[in-house]
Amino acid sequence: MGLWIMAEITFREAARRKILWTALIAGIGFLAVYGLGLHMQIAEFNGRNVAPFLRYQILSSMMMIGLYTVDLLAVVMTILTSIDTISGEITSGTIHAIAMKPISRWQILMGKWTGFAGMIAGYVVIMFGGTIAVGYWLGGVAPQNPIRGGLFVLLECLLALTVTLMFGTWFSTLTNGVIVLGLHGLAFMGGWMEQMSGFTQSTKLVMVGVISSLIMPSESVWRRAAYEMQSPLAGSLQFTPFADVSVPSMTMIGYTCVYLIFAMAIAIYHFHSRDL
Amino acid sequence: MYGNKVAVRNLSLNVGRGKIFGFLGPNGAGKSTSIKMLLGLVKPSAGEAFVLGSPSSDVEIRRKIGFLPEDFRFYEWLTAAELLKLHGRLCGVPARTLRDRIPVLLDLVGLTPHRDKRLSDFSKGMLQRAGLAQALIHDPELIFLDEPTSGLDPMGRRLVRDIIRSQRERGATVFLNSHLLSEVEITCDHVAFIKDGEVIATRDLQAMTEGEIRVSVRARKLSMKIVAGLTSWCTSTNLEEEQLTLTTNSADRLPDLLRHLVLAGADVYEFTPEKLSLEDLFVRIMGEDRGL
Repeated sequence: MGLWIMAEITFREAARRKILWTALIAGIGFLAVYGLGLHMQIAEFNGRNVAPFLRYQILSSMMMIGLYTVDLLAVVMTILTSIDTISGEITSGTIHAIAMKPISRWQILMGKWTGFAGMIAGYVVIMFGGTIAVGYWLGGVAPQNPIRGGLFVLLECLLALTVTLMFGTWFSTLTNGVIVLGLHGLAFMGGWMEQMSGFTQSTKLVMVGVISSLIMPSESVWRRAAYEMQSPLAGSLQFTPFADVSVPSMTMIGYTCVYLIFAMAIAIYHFHSRDL
Repeated sequence: MYGNKVAVRNLSLNVGRGKIFGFLGPNGAGKSTSIKMLLGLVKPSAGEAFVLGSPSSDVEIRRKIGFLPEDFRFYEWLTAAELLKLHGRLCGVPARTLRDRIPVLLDLVGLTPHRDKRLSDFSKGMLQRAGLAQALIHDPELIFLDEPTSGLDPMGRRLVRDIIRSQRERGATVFLNSHLLSEVEITCDHVAFIKDGEVIATRDLQAMTEGEIRVSVRARKLSMKIVAGLTSWCTSTNLEEEQLTLTTNSADRLPDLLRHLVLAGADVYEFTPEKLSLEDLFVRIMGEDRGL
């Protein structure tokens, strides 16, 4: 019961503090710009009489750019909205009146996680669905496996959420932000290194990419999502965030799930055992 | 332990049901840490803390405990009524009971006109009142109040005092942590003094006849011989012209003192016993402040 109360209060806080609405308005703005870009590109195609195959591939690639932007927005929103939830409440003392109530600390943490996870899932569905709907409506294109891709993007967000909550039980809000964004940057750079290794055939670069993915697998999850959704031509373009030069295996997705569960277990253990 | 410093050590307090218990000590003595330990917010580095006969780590025992933290902070986007509802739900109070109880509590703390105002618009005193109401939302058996009157004006303090007494009357035990000794003195039944993490003294304020009593006497025909005759009852005497100041250890000796003065021939115009104030007692037990 305590878990659901905390989940509800987390969700209501986001709504009451206008976080949800601001994110949705920004999302609608993004969709409008994306739709305008697509519309202008299609008008240009119509004027030049572009071959249908090329037109399809370019519009598919534009959709992948849109979905990649949604992925980045979703991850950043996940981190920014949840960064203060544990660490800030510990620092301010807000947690005292809550943690002494007849609910376990794991319920507080899991309740917050559930609230944020629900909010983020809604955001991903709206933004992902919106991007795909706009692309299909204006350009007649759709990603290959949108549900699988969307689920992987959600997994990436949940990973970011869990890691943010975990470090929030240890560090102040600012330090937590530096660590989580730093880890995400590390994963991002590692992913590009791995992509480049496909071009240069460097095993050392592969190693750097793999190690960075093991430290923080978020970028690997996105690359797998991109692989699931992209058209074959877009995938063959090297040095893009959607290239299938080095596709993370499903084992990597399994590793990410284990990583997430492990991070949650550490967060619960540490939050349970620390002084407030 | 906090680093190398012992925050609380061998703390054992017996607080009777339906009593108001004051917890006193200088800054850094371990008062707030002790309360947090009893509430399961801080874990002892060694040993175990028990409250109401159960380990403080027992989540269920907290259904019987209310708590107003020092510098009460809460989700400021909630309204006062929503705050009480949330805390009531966390305590497992049924929705129907909450519907009846929330208006009563808001009225009790004088926040009825502000029930739908967000806490972000509340003054410190109003937040303190809202915090007190949330501590009482589930009719707890044991209530910990950490500096409940800080930030309140005199009327607010009186209100809190009345609420604390009403809680005692319904049988709840109130554990009061306050720096305002005058408040503690007129509110509490018992007090404990804590220093360097240890309880060094306890007092029953309702029956504090033992302990030192200072008596101011204004009388004529006083002589050193008469004053010397008081030494068997007094711990100290000081005569300056017609003004005699003496101290004694028990209120039971006051009639003997007065009788002796009168029978010895002194004309007594004033005989005023002054019970040692809690502040005097505090300073005496804790020792003078030698700076931080």
